[in-house]
Amino acid sequence: MSVKSDSLSVGITVGAFGSAFGAAAIASHYTVAQACALSLLTFSGASQFAVVGVLGAGGSAFSAISTASLLGIRNGLYGVRMAQILQINGIKRIFGAQLTIDESTGVALSQDNEADMKTGFWYTGLGVFIFWNLFTLLGALGANALGNPADWGLDTAIPAIFLGLVWNRLKDKKSWAIAISALAMALALTPFAPAGVPIMATVILAVILGWRE
Amino acid sequence: MSSQWISVIGTSFFCYAFKFLGHSLPASWFNHPRAQRINTYIPIVLLMGLVTVQSFTEKTKLVIDHRAAGIAVAFAALLAKAPFPVVIILAGVSSALVYRFG
Repeated sequence: MSVKSDSLSVGITVGAFGSAFGAAAIASHYTVAQACALSLLTFSGASQFAVVGVLGAGGSAFSAISTASLLGIRNGLYGVRMAQILQINGIKRIFGAQLTIDESTGVALSQDNEADMKTGFWYTGLGVFIFWNLFTLLGALGANALGNPADWGLDTAIPAIFLGLVWNRLKDKKSWAIAISALAMALALTPFAPAGVPIMATVILAVILGWRE
Repeated sequence: MSSQWISVIGTSFFCYAFKFLGHSLPASWFNHPRAQRINTYIPIVLLMGLVTVQSFTEKTKLVIDHRAAGIAVAFAALLAKAPFPVVIILAGVSSALVYRFG
């Protein structure tokens, strides 16, 4: 398949998950407008699910923003890599930066020449952006009509999405050990720390374990 | 302003700032292996923290309920290499069944 059709199919498939985000936002007491604003302005799935998840579970705005923003750091690192390939300035850089996410970077870096890398980045980034925002709106409107999220399993679909997202990153014994430590730490802190803090605190594990090989 | 709007604006600001800085700062600043490792581990611990808190806790209590059942099904489906949408749907359906009839 050509890089354009690859990009488009990623855009549609990933974009469709915007409906899950729209529904999750409503289940966490966000409005349709707030759900759509997050998809337009934050445009990074894990961070979006995290911010509504933490606030919806009773966490403070501070811990919601911190958790979601820490999850957004990796996009910055993708940006470092993509900037070398894209060579963009001005208005193109302003928009290109917003499109720098897991999928656009992933498709771009899996190409074998620079022209396809650029095409892959822009087509995937724009494709996901369009469909993610469209489906966010549909999901939010749909969830507003559904009622109690637990009746539909929505309260579990969200952590299942997080589990699916972390699954791809569990590639060796060390990453599994890190994931299990994070689980244990979050459980251990829950009875003592305000909502949202046990999640943020796991970053300490990443720093300690990453400090030396 | 509601805490929802504050969280929307704050998250959007920082997430975009990281993206834009990445595109604008010299690549040589980020080549240190320690920074690379920590960057690889941060999503793992945060996503796992989110899974844990949203599946097994309620405010500041540890609980086992319909969500634990659903996430166990998701785990089994991932082990069986089920596609992502199937995993999510199985988790949601099993959780909803336990919630209604459990």
